[in-house]
Amino acid sequence: MAKANLEVPELQPYLEIPEVTPGLMAHSRPFVAKPEHQEPLGFPGALVDDWQNKAIAKFGDLLSRYRSLQVYMDACVKCGSCTDKCHYYIGTKDPKNMPVGRQDLMRKVYRRYFTLAGKWFPKLVGAEDLTQEVLDDWYSYFHQCSQCRRCSVFCPYGIDTAEISMAAREIMDHIGVGQKYCNEIIGKVYKIGNNLGLPGPALRDTLEGLEEDVYDDTGVKVRYPIDKVGAEILLVTPSADFFAEPHVDGLVGYGKVFHEAGVSWTLSTHASEAANFGMFIGSYENMRRVSQRIREAAIQLKVKRIVFGECGHAWRVAYSFLNTLAGPWDFLDPRYPVPQHICEFTHDLIQQGKLNFDKTQNDDMVLTYHDSCNVARASRMGPTPGGQFDIPRAVIKAVCNHFHDMDEDTIRERTFCCGGGGGLLTDDLMELRVKGALPRMTALNNVMQEKGVTHMAAICAICKSQFTKVLPYYGMEMEQIVSVHQLVSNAIVLTPGDDDDLDDEDEEDDDESADDED
Amino acid sequence: MSFLTVVYASLFYLAALILLVGLVNKIAQYARTPAPLKIPTTPAPVTKGGVAFRLFREVVLFESLFKGNKWTWLFGWIFHFGLFLVTLRHLRYFMDPVWLPIELVQPFGIYGGMAMVVGLAGLWGRRFLVDRVRYITGPSDHLILALLIGIGLTGLGMTFVVHVDVVSVKQFFLGLMSFHIQPLPADPLLLLHLLLVAILMIVFPYSKLLHAPGLFFSPTRNQVDNPREERHLSPWARRLEQ
Repeated sequence: MAKANLEVPELQPYLEIPEVTPGLMAHSRPFVAKPEHQEPLGFPGALVDDWQNKAIAKFGDLLSRYRSLQVYMDACVKCGSCTDKCHYYIGTKDPKNMPVGRQDLMRKVYRRYFTLAGKWFPKLVGAEDLTQEVLDDWYSYFHQCSQCRRCSVFCPYGIDTAEISMAAREIMDHIGVGQKYCNEIIGKVYKIGNNLGLPGPALRDTLEGLEEDVYDDTGVKVRYPIDKVGAEILLVTPSADFFAEPHVDGLVGYGKVFHEAGVSWTLSTHASEAANFGMFIGSYENMRRVSQRIREAAIQLKVKRIVFGECGHAWRVAYSFLNTLAGPWDFLDPRYPVPQHICEFTHDLIQQGKLNFDKTQNDDMVLTYHDSCNVARASRMGPTPGGQFDIPRAVIKAVCNHFHDMDEDTIRERTFCCGGGGGLLTDDLMELRVKGALPRMTALNNVMQEKGVTHMAAICAICKSQFTKVLPYYGMEMEQIVSVHQLVSNAIVLTPGDDDDLDDEDEEDDDESADDED
Repeated sequence: MSFLTVVYASLFYLAALILLVGLVNKIAQYARTPAPLKIPTTPAPVTKGGVAFRLFREVVLFESLFKGNKWTWLFGWIFHFGLFLVTLRHLRYFMDPVWLPIELVQPFGIYGGMAMVVGLAGLWGRRFLVDRVRYITGPSDHLILALLIGIGLTGLGMTFVVHVDVVSVKQFFLGLMSFHIQPLPADPLLLLHLLLVAILMIVFPYSKLLHAPGLFFSPTRNQVDNPREERHLSPWARRLEQ
């Protein structure tokens, strides 16, 4: 894998808060969406005429539709509590990457057009017209926010910069200045069903391959069904799980857990994507449209429950928004929350003693766990607050003998983003991604030195992809990042089934395969 | 009635009107604007009582700021708690007879005034000394601090240096409240103190002082974490369902 030639921050034993150095990241901008990426999402293809007025009109529209935006534009007192909390500021030293610095890019426009003080005394309150330069800054710096919400933990008013960068991206999309990476991907979901653009036959092929691999490895026939009408559980998982290491090892693990649970389950070609990049671009309409696919698949496949695979922002959309966007779920089994996280599912089985593990299978690893931001600060697992921290750790500890947490200031609600979240996981932002990973790399390096940790587990496809790419820049191995259900998969003791001894004769057991719709 | 009294009486009627109308407008705007998605910063309370307790901790203890920065928390809390005591102490100018709790709080109100100035000085110092805070500080941030410190120092000045006829001051404010305007003593320190307070009242609804009502409307802090149990749908989102 080619490494871009860029200056990588040196890892220190302690995280240093850098001195403010303006302008260092003004050059960092992702590729701009082309008309073919914009139009399927309902956005104009290129910068529209009269864009200033249209942007301000959209801004006003969002202020009237999102209380978060309205309150957060007003409430900041510039106390500075957030200034040293963003991984992108720590990694880049650019003050427009301080959460308040980023917010102020939008707030100065808000003040100019929507407040008396800014109309009458613009200089006094830092109000500015929406000029081309301001728009350029917006495009640069609102694509240097991974919407991880770490700042919102420390803000005395709970101001969440994610809400502001989502709104800024929504405004830019509406005047024709979209980001290629996110918008192209959303288009692929509409057209094919998932972010990676994997068509149904490719998915089927991959899953058959997995069944063979697992059988060869274990001698047990574990099924990886897709589009199976009447299955109890619909599994919705990020498409990376069909595609790449270490994601796919997680998918192998989910299948083994379902096998041991003795429940029927299925994937769906129509909803072959848990990710929902509509959130990253702040578009309620697009986020809803992507979510509706899950509802359609659940109805079509007549399932009773929905379980989500390992994906951070997907779990935010699933846990916090799915009921809003695609509910009500009154046609599903009311005994289970909708949706459930695969970690909740596995954890429940562990609690009931239904899974057997040989923990020594993971003895070649000393593990730590990276809390993914959207799981940590924007969702929950289980019945009690904080379950999103405890349940994945409980699963890891049930299947591994060696586990150490990283520094308290870098985990749980204070966790640092991997550096690639929020729609920034694209090669055109490599410098930002490497620098933004600095806080996490520092904490990981420390726990490697002090506790002999060898691997870091995560439950987010973006985190896994980002670390796979970024670890080598910091002198570590890309294989050091693992899926939580990869660990489960390694340790789980499978119960042999009746058909295991049958020759691998592809017997027809996909009783009612739904027809492909592509 | 002196010209001065008329000017100050008018000023305070105007300031009170702007404060009231401005704040009611802002609060109505916040209340009217929907929060279409569940976005509490988690871990978040799962009950309404839990949310009330979370907001109580934010309002009274500045819990999130404590997590964020200990110095800012210390100075900020000292200032706000001082301001709270000072406000209680000043309630005696608006009631006759004075309630017992307000009687009892009088001596603490003076310490409150000192604490307020100390806290503000600390917060202002950070705006010069910490490069990140210096970067985000604008002219209006300095002016608000100057205004508040001015109010504190002129107030303390009247307590410790130049005493004023507080009985007449009280008559003036009671008169304002019953629309029978009484003469205001023409002490320069008092006039300055009152002028600054009137300015504070006027800028309140148009400045970052809106953080006070804003906190109660902040979705990351005031939402219950129960999206799987209860479907949350804003009016404009409901229209998309048609």
